[in-house]
Amino acid sequence: MSNAEISAGSLTKKRLRLSDNVLKGLIWASTILTLAILAGIVIYVFVQGLPSLSWDFLSTAPSELKGTIGVLPMIINTLYIVVITLLISTPVGIGAAIYLSEYAKKGKLVKLIEFTTEILAGIPSIIYGLFGFVFFCTFMQLQYSIIAGALTLSIMVLPTIIRTTQESLKSVPFSYREGALGMGSTRLHTIRTILLPCALPGILSAVILSIGRIVGESAALIFTAGIGYSMPQNLLGHVSSSGATLTVQLYQYAMRGEKLGVSFGIAAVLIIIVIVINFAARMLSKRLAKKTEGVS
Amino acid sequence: MVRLFSQTRTISRTAEIEVPTSRQTEPSRQDDELSAKKKIKISARGLNLYYGDNHALKGIDLDIFENRVTALIGPSGCGKSTFLKTLNRMNDIIEGVRIEGDVRLDGEDIYAPKVDVTLLRKRVGMVFQKPNPFPMSIYDNVAFGPRIHGVKSKSKLDELVERSIRGAALWDEVKDRLKSSAMGLSGGQQQRLCIARALAVDPQVILMDEPTSALDPISTMKIEELMSELKKKYTVAIVTHNMQQAARISDYTAFFLVGEMVEYTNTEKLFSMPDDKRTEDYITGRFG
Amino acid sequence: MADSLIRARRTKNRMERVFEWIFLICACAAILSVVVITAYMLISGGPAVFKVGIGDFLFGTEWAPTASDPKFGILPMILASLCATFGAILIGVPIGIFTSIFLSKMAPKRAAKFLKSAVELLAGIPSVVYGLIGMIIVVPAVAAIFNLPTGACLFSAIIVLAIMILPTVISISETSIRAVPGYLEEASLGLGATKIQTIFKVVIPAARSGIITSIVLGVGRAIGETMAVIMVAGNVVNLPELFGSVRLMTTGIVMEMSYADEFHKSVLFAIGLVLFVFIMVINISVNTVLKKASKKYE
Repeated sequence: MSNAEISAGSLTKKRLRLSDNVLKGLIWASTILTLAILAGIVIYVFVQGLPSLSWDFLSTAPSELKGTIGVLPMIINTLYIVVITLLISTPVGIGAAIYLSEYAKKGKLVKLIEFTTEILAGIPSIIYGLFGFVFFCTFMQLQYSIIAGALTLSIMVLPTIIRTTQESLKSVPFSYREGALGMGSTRLHTIRTILLPCALPGILSAVILSIGRIVGESAALIFTAGIGYSMPQNLLGHVSSSGATLTVQLYQYAMRGEKLGVSFGIAAVLIIIVIVINFAARMLSKRLAKKTEGVS
Repeated sequence: MVRLFSQTRTISRTAEIEVPTSRQTEPSRQDDELSAKKKIKISARGLNLYYGDNHALKGIDLDIFENRVTALIGPSGCGKSTFLKTLNRMNDIIEGVRIEGDVRLDGEDIYAPKVDVTLLRKRVGMVFQKPNPFPMSIYDNVAFGPRIHGVKSKSKLDELVERSIRGAALWDEVKDRLKSSAMGLSGGQQQRLCIARALAVDPQVILMDEPTSALDPISTMKIEELMSELKKKYTVAIVTHNMQQAARISDYTAFFLVGEMVEYTNTEKLFSMPDDKRTEDYITGRFG
Repeated sequence: MADSLIRARRTKNRMERVFEWIFLICACAAILSVVVITAYMLISGGPAVFKVGIGDFLFGTEWAPTASDPKFGILPMILASLCATFGAILIGVPIGIFTSIFLSKMAPKRAAKFLKSAVELLAGIPSVVYGLIGMIIVVPAVAAIFNLPTGACLFSAIIVLAIMILPTVISISETSIRAVPGYLEEASLGLGATKIQTIFKVVIPAARSGIITSIVLGVGRAIGETMAVIMVAGNVVNLPELFGSVRLMTTGIVMEMSYADEFHKSVLFAIGLVLFVFIMVINISVNTVLKKASKKYE
């Protein structure tokens, strides 16, 4: 009994934990700072940029003669580069992911492929720009052109597509494969009819993430796709002409220190695109999660 | 004693504690000699626990006696582990848990708002089902608790570490490699290391949640042997799936079924002539 | 009957094999790309290094590519890149790690979700937008606060880079903190440690390799960043000073590419090659760190 009385009350002796509180404060402060930076950037860009967004802005080309400063050619150039890049990199990336997750046996080759994929993901855009310039523009004689830019970016987004597709193939339950193969279906048939449809949301989110990366890219494009800003003359011929994307044009304006309103207008468009892309990717990953839920 | 319970919130059966009358809350008569010396270490009264809408513990009344081994048995999902974790408030970290009732350690309400959970857990240590050493050296594992609680002196730490590892009957096996990683030990050694780690903060009560269920028979035997040593200094409460184990090592046994405590008495009696039909069915293997 | 079955299988097998080869070729695209990129960087940058002389190139402090007696010393750029990266890490990493702790251990579910999309947005904002913001807000602010004639300096570059590496550090640290098994935390709490003690003494050490990876990748992002830096760093070739105008390796390439003559251009490629070597070292070290980490819990 005496023992109980001695220790009674001792459970409530709160110890002063200074370091705990300091650390907690730092955690909160950092989080708030991160959020504040983001909010600051987005709000500032919108406040500065939204006023210059107008139908004229989106539907005309920059022209001293007509006195217009629209960004339509850059929007078109960006679209060209997005489409061509994806046309090249998506099939290759999906093929690679299929090989890695469905055919390859663990070994040196797989390790090498995964290692080089990591390397590609880590190479900064400026290096891609230099490489694209010597290889595509000079060696393959494509000059400054949209196709040269798109080819360069195809290599750049390859890791994103390979890895995201691989992840979504991994999430397809093994039993599906066994089921299909057990019924006498060939491996190829299984891939086409079971795996790819199941992994589709994942593949789509890979594509969307790549679009984000392409739209935001500038350093790799300046020396490959160049800085042209004329409207396309014909649909196919345009791929071999030089064309600045939105980001490249923003950079041009900003560095010349002129037309800041236009720069911020482009920045606002870019941020809106990023928001839409992130939202779409999130929706898709939710759908993927739902699809494979409860089957594991 | 009664004075200590004067602030009981949900129920008022305070008088029963010293002189047990209820068969269900108290180990019964046969134990008269012992009961003269035995002292209640932890008492739970009217303990209800909810996971969201799920009523996981239903009005549990149970006393745990000092320097005894108390076993909690019952089929999976009966609430025995959940009950164990209410004793050092490890359920607090799970979201959506609501607890009603009264749990007292040496007469002190452990769910009182002013209670510092870390002090409670220092006094009521825990050993988990799966050996969970930290990915650090053996020495650092054992020294972790004392360091957290402010022991800085190297010589004191050395001494504590050695004493704790000896206390967990592991010293001879690891004394030459205290600085090597704990992850390199066998499962049984890891579990004894976890016991040593719990001993190092100098607890009064040790809760063990199926401590041998992940171990091989030889390691299990070593830990069972250790248990009878431990109760000389500590109060032990152990959840086990294994009825032979409960019979071998415990002094008292409580039988849980779907959130209720069906029967609680001294181990010999519970396994030889249980009062409740459901207990009998369980220990004779008719269900569960 | 048996015969036709076999034949059917043969054509099927052929298709299977053809596609397996196609997939294999796709998979080798990554290897091929790395090989070709490496080769071309070496071909277009390597000779210039030797022409200038490795010592004069890497350790020369004078950069005068268009002078009558041209000098191609890139030490100021290398040091500026390293200083900018180091500074960005110094500021960005603690903020990033603390935020990732909040995200993974302290935030309620909905707040965590919100914060996560915020971090994703931060990651998605294009470099040029960061550059623009840096140019319009950070540079004048730095000039005003430190009473400088111009705020386009190393310090501004550090601030912008610190912000830009945040998403990398946060998301990779968060993933690795979440991957720490819950039973370790339970064990620590069970010994009477507080939540904060548990986070800093058990969880963070257990997540160490992932956090180191996040830092190294942050280094990679910072050292390779071009467009944002070019808009805030002032771009004069100087040995780095905190409030002095600097030119980094990346910006050095972009600044002169458009008007460089043949040899000058190949020197710019040589700068690219140096940067490439830095990046390869970083990548390979990440790879080894990751390999070690995956072995730990086995």
